Amino acid sequence: MKLEKVAQAPVNASGEAAILLALRDVGKVFSNGVAALSNVNLTIREGDFLSLLGPSGCGKSTALRLIAGLSTPTSGVLDWRGSSSFDRSDIGFVFQEPTLLPWADVFDNVWLPLRLKGVSRAKAAPSVMEMLARVHLTGFENAVPRELSGGMKMRVSIARAMVNRPRVLLMDEPFAALDEITRFKLNNDLLELRQDERFTVVFVTHSVFESVFLSNRVVVMAARPGRVFREFAVDAPYPRDEAFRTSPDYAALCRQASDVLIGAINSTAGSHHDGH
Amino acid sequence: MTAIEEHTPTLDPEEARRLRQERLERIGRWILPLAIMILAIWLWDRICVWNDIPKYILPRPGVVLQTLHDDAGLLFSSLLVTLKITFLSLLLAVVGGVGLAVLFAQSKWVEMSFFPFAIVLQVTPVVAIFPLINIYVDNQTTKLLLCAWIVAFFPILSNTTLGLNSVDRNLRDMFKLNGATRWQQLRYLRLPAAMPYFLGGLKIAGGLSLIGAVVAEFVAGATGQSSGLASRIIEAGYRLNAPRLFAALILISLTGILIFLVLSLVSHLILRRWHESALKQER
Repeated sequence: MKLEKVAQAPVNASGEAAILLALRDVGKVFSNGVAALSNVNLTIREGDFLSLLGPSGCGKSTALRLIAGLSTPTSGVLDWRGSSSFDRSDIGFVFQEPTLLPWADVFDNVWLPLRLKGVSRAKAAPSVMEMLARVHLTGFENAVPRELSGGMKMRVSIARAMVNRPRVLLMDEPFAALDEITRFKLNNDLLELRQDERFTVVFVTHSVFESVFLSNRVVVMAARPGRVFREFAVDAPYPRDEAFRTSPDYAALCRQASDVLIGAINSTAGSHHDGH
Repeated sequence: MTAIEEHTPTLDPEEARRLRQERLERIGRWILPLAIMILAIWLWDRICVWNDIPKYILPRPGVVLQTLHDDAGLLFSSLLVTLKITFLSLLLAVVGGVGLAVLFAQSKWVEMSFFPFAIVLQVTPVVAIFPLINIYVDNQTTKLLLCAWIVAFFPILSNTTLGLNSVDRNLRDMFKLNGATRWQQLRYLRLPAAMPYFLGGLKIAGGLSLIGAVVAEFVAGATGQSSGLASRIIEAGYRLNAPRLFAALILISLTGILIFLVLSLVSHLILRRWHESALKQER
């Protein structure tokens, strides 16, 4: 399977999108001796929707935490290009659970990142309300998390991650706990959110179908030690919608991705024992 | 279809039974304890009458009530003294408990080093410590406050420490990602997260501060220095004035119940929108 280029902005002289982040020979060994990542090489380009796909224990969440700066690599470097002053507010993070403040209403939860930067409620209100509108939650400002469904909580979580207008959105299996109908809806809405401004997304998932539907690049990882197994491009134009989800092209791409994933799982030593 | 039919959909027998059960439970929750209480008081009255018990040994409920009315001036001014100690010590327990908990939360080392002292202070009976306090402290009110505080602060300290340390890990990471300062993390994350734990501790401490105040008065009262409700009880005991003894006792109990109810209400009002403990069970 060959790597194909997808049109993205901004583009440099040679017609390629600028590299945003390069991981070079990155390794992570935990204090208990487990090698979570080993020799990971990965480039993330401006405007990419990159999925990290792999079985559990392949280090995809660890890689995401390294990118977020929540953890430091044991070896290798993370090279943020084109922005010598890359600071944390350029990163938005969406956790596997909504991770909202249960005592705060929807408005206050989305306001939080701005509040921590010292932006007053009144000053933050336009940005907060706009983000809520973009995740289709207008009218729910005063609801507290427990009054919302799982899907709505996740929308609040996405709005909170986006309220800073980050350049990169990191998502750690954000829709894994949702039912399929809600997951599909949120997949569509995430792509719609990204239609206006092509912010970069790094998306961790263990679903072949989700990774193919959302991304332009899929990086398949293998476990023990966590490493990049193979990378391939999803050569289908955006916007993608429900029609794409049921198209033969999508089915064919999913089949290819599945084959790569199976290869990754079989490459793990001792995987015939199912790892447990 | 008539309006009445619209509002009362037909229920199957199981649901109808459940509805009846719920209604009964709602009424029973108030009626049952009240009925038992009235029955107990009636039985108390009858036992006095049947056995011809003199009122200096066991006064009839009516006599106690009459004493409560006749001695109101004396008893309520004493109650006020006890209440002052109770609320001041509760306030100090809140300030001290939360303050120490926040200090402990700053570093595991601080917590590991100083928590044992708090436990030592808690497990040593306050009655046993009082003679020492009596030697070292001159001011009467300070003595009583110190006693009541030692009894009341521990549940607040221990609960708040637990609450400050039980913040969701992802939420902590989220604050870290957003560059929150230590103070911001405390103010916007750890203190609100500890609120249910703190309120649980406060409910216990409310009762304990009253107990602490009364016990301290008892010990101090033995040397004739106090004017709180406990000293009224000691005094009444010496004079075999059982009706006043009972009246003072009832006043203390009622105060304790009232403190508990008020603190429960405060807790409910603060938590009702978000915390599991304050939510109605949904089926």
